[in-house]
Amino acid sequence: MTTADATQTRSVLSDPGVLVPGPGYDVSGTVERYRDTFNRTLRDELDRDADVFIMGEDISGGFDRDTNEPLDAWGGPFAATKGLVQDFGPDRIRDAPISEAGFVGAAVGAALTGLRPVVDLMYFDFVTVAYDQLLSNAAKSRYMFGGQTKVPLTLFARSGGGTGHAAQHSESFYSMLAHIPGLKVVVPSDPYTVRGLLASAIRDDDPVFLVNDKKLINMEGFAPDESFAFPLGKGRYLKHGDDVTLIGMSYTSVVCKQAADMLAEEGIEAEVVDMLSLSPFDEEIIVESVMKTNRVVIVDEDTPRASMASEFAAIVADKAFDYLDAPVKRVTGPHTPVPYNKGLETAFMPQPDDVVSTVRAMLDGE
Amino acid sequence: MLRQRQGNCVMRITKEKLRWLYETMYRIRRFEETMLEQTFRGNAMGVTHPSDGQEAVPTGICAHLTEKDWIGSTHRGHGHCIAKGLDTKAMMAEIMGRYTGQCKGKGGSMHIADFSKGMLGANAIVGASVPLAVGAALTSKYRGMEDESVGVAFFGDGATSQGVVHESMNLAAIWDLPVIFACENNQYAEATPAWYAVSTEDIAARADSYGIPGVQVDGMNVFAVYEAAGEAVARARAGEGPTLLELKTYRYHGHFHADDPKKYRKPDEEEEYLERDCLKHFEGLVTQQGAMTEEELQGIRDEIEQEMQDAVDFALNSPMPPIDELYSDVYVDYSNPLAGLR
Repeated sequence: MTTADATQTRSVLSDPGVLVPGPGYDVSGTVERYRDTFNRTLRDELDRDADVFIMGEDISGGFDRDTNEPLDAWGGPFAATKGLVQDFGPDRIRDAPISEAGFVGAAVGAALTGLRPVVDLMYFDFVTVAYDQLLSNAAKSRYMFGGQTKVPLTLFARSGGGTGHAAQHSESFYSMLAHIPGLKVVVPSDPYTVRGLLASAIRDDDPVFLVNDKKLINMEGFAPDESFAFPLGKGRYLKHGDDVTLIGMSYTSVVCKQAADMLAEEGIEAEVVDMLSLSPFDEEIIVESVMKTNRVVIVDEDTPRASMASEFAAIVADKAFDYLDAPVKRVTGPHTPVPYNKGLETAFMPQPDDVVSTVRAMLDGE
Repeated sequence: MLRQRQGNCVMRITKEKLRWLYETMYRIRRFEETMLEQTFRGNAMGVTHPSDGQEAVPTGICAHLTEKDWIGSTHRGHGHCIAKGLDTKAMMAEIMGRYTGQCKGKGGSMHIADFSKGMLGANAIVGASVPLAVGAALTSKYRGMEDESVGVAFFGDGATSQGVVHESMNLAAIWDLPVIFACENNQYAEATPAWYAVSTEDIAARADSYGIPGVQVDGMNVFAVYEAAGEAVARARAGEGPTLLELKTYRYHGHFHADDPKKYRKPDEEEEYLERDCLKHFEGLVTQQGAMTEEELQGIRDEIEQEMQDAVDFALNSPMPPIDELYSDVYVDYSNPLAGLR
C-alpha cells in the first residue's frame, strides 16, 4: 500500500541493506518499460489535477484534414503521450508548432496565471532554442518579483548518445540547467524513479526539468501501480560496498551498477550512488558514502568542463577531503560534440569498462 | 488589411473615463520626470528607462482592461504599470531599492510587477514578455473566460526583430487566443532607428502574414489609441482571436536616464513630437469641446503633484531589504535546504 507523497524508507530489490526514500519495491506494481511508466504517470497526473496540461511538438499530431481532429500519429516523441489526446482532448494535450521559445514562453505565462503546464521539448538539445524563456522568465520570475508569484512548470526531454542521433540530438548538458537558480533538475534512472520523480515534478510549485536518457526509455523495471511523489533533491544507493564510491546520474547510474557488478567479481566492493536530482542535489549521500569508502569515481555522460561531475568533485573536496585515500576521479564524455559513427559514439560515452579500469588504477596506485 | 485609426471619440467617452485618461497620462508623465530627478540625485539604485512622451499608449489600452486582464511589459514599463493601476509609492520605492517596493527591492525599475493587478512584470529581455501574455491568454481560453480575461503584450519596435515575438503571434493566431499585441513604435531601439532595423515602414502590416488584423494608430493621440484598443479588446473578448496594434509614438528622453538622444536624433524631429504631445492634445480637445474645464484639469494636476511628493517621501523613508532577502524567493519549496543553494 502506498500513499501519495509517501516518503517512508523501505528496503529495495534483493539487497536488504539498500535504502530508498519512497514506497519501496514490495508494493503492488508492474515490471514494464520506462516509456510505459512515463506515459502512465502523465495520465495519473492529468487525472489528478485539471490544471495540468501538456504541450509540445507532435504530442498528438498530425491532424485529419477533414475533421481537424488530432490523429496521435506518433503517440508523441518516443510514444510518451500515446493515447492521451483521445482521453483528455486537444486542449489538455496541446500540439505545438516547432516554436520552442514561443511555446515554452507561453507555458511560463500559463504557469504564472495559474495553470500547471508540462512541456515536452522532444530532444534535450532543443533546450537552447528556448533557453532565454527558461532562464530569464521561468527561473527568475519568483525572485525578481519579490516572491509574488510561482512558476509550476514541468519540462521534459530526451538526452544522451547511443542511438546514432549525432551531435545535435545527443546532448547531456545537465549542468547548463542545474546552474540556473530557480530551476530544479531531476534525472530518473529507471521506471521506479521516473514514476516518483515525474509526479513530484508536476506537483512541485517551482519549474522542474526532468531529463530522460534515451538509453533508459526502452529498459524495463519495476514501478508501483499507485502514484507516489519521490522527494526532489534526494539520491539513493543502488548497492552498498566499502571499497569505492561510484556516483552516477540518469543512465550512468546503470553504468555504475554494471561496473560494480564487474568489480565484485574481482573482489572489489563498490558502493553505487544514484543522484536522481541534480538541483537541488543530495550532498549528504555523497559525503556519507565517501566518508565510508574513502574513494570516489563520478560518472557523467556530459562533457567534463563545468559539469555535474566537476560540481560533485568540488563537494567531495570541500566536505570530505580528510577522508580521501585517493584523488577524486571523473569518468565523463570528452570535451567534444557527440559523434555519429558507432565506434566513435561508444568511445564518447562512459562505459562500464572505463569505470572498472579507473577503479583498478585508483586501487593499484595506493 | 492595414487599417488606420484617428480617434474622434471624445464626446462618446464618459466624463469619468475622460478624467481617468488624463489622470493616468499625467501620472505617468510626472512619475517619469520625478523618477529621473531622483535618479540624478542618486536615489535610484540603477538604470531607469523613462517612457514620457508615450503615455497615450498604455493609457488608451488599459482603459479597456480590468484586474482580471493580464499585461506583459518591457524595460520601459513604468507607464504600463501605472495604467494597470499599480501604486506609485510601491513603484518609487522599488526603483529606490527599498523593502517596501513592489518587489521588495529585488527587481528594480526593469522588473516591476503586481500579479494582484494583472501585471505580469516588466521584462528586460527585449521581446521576452510577449509569449507570457500569450500564455496568460492560453490560461484564459483553457478556463473558458476569454470574455473577462485577455492578454496584452506591450513591446517596442526593437522587439519586432526578435524571433520569439513572431513565434508568439503565430501561436496566438493558430490557437485563436485573446491577445492584443501592442507594438509601441517609438522609432528607436536604444539608439538604432526603426527605419534602419525594421524591414517595413508599417509594422502593423506584418499582421497580414499571421492572418490577424493589423491596425496602425497615432500613439500620440489617446483617443485614437482608445478607439483602436477598444475594438481589439472586444474582438479578443468575443473569442475572435488576436490583433496587432502598431502605436506610433515617441520617447522624449534617451534610451536610459543618462543617454543623450541628441547624439542620434534631429532637433526638428523632437520638436515635431513635442508639438503633438499627448497631454497638450488631450487638454486642447476636451476644453475646446467643453467636455472638461481647465480648472478640472488643474485640479487633477495638483492632486498628482501631491501624489508624487508622497511617493518620493514614502520611498526615501522606507527601509532597505534585510540581507537575508538575498536568499529568499529563489524557490517556493526549499525542501532540501542543504543542497544546491550555495
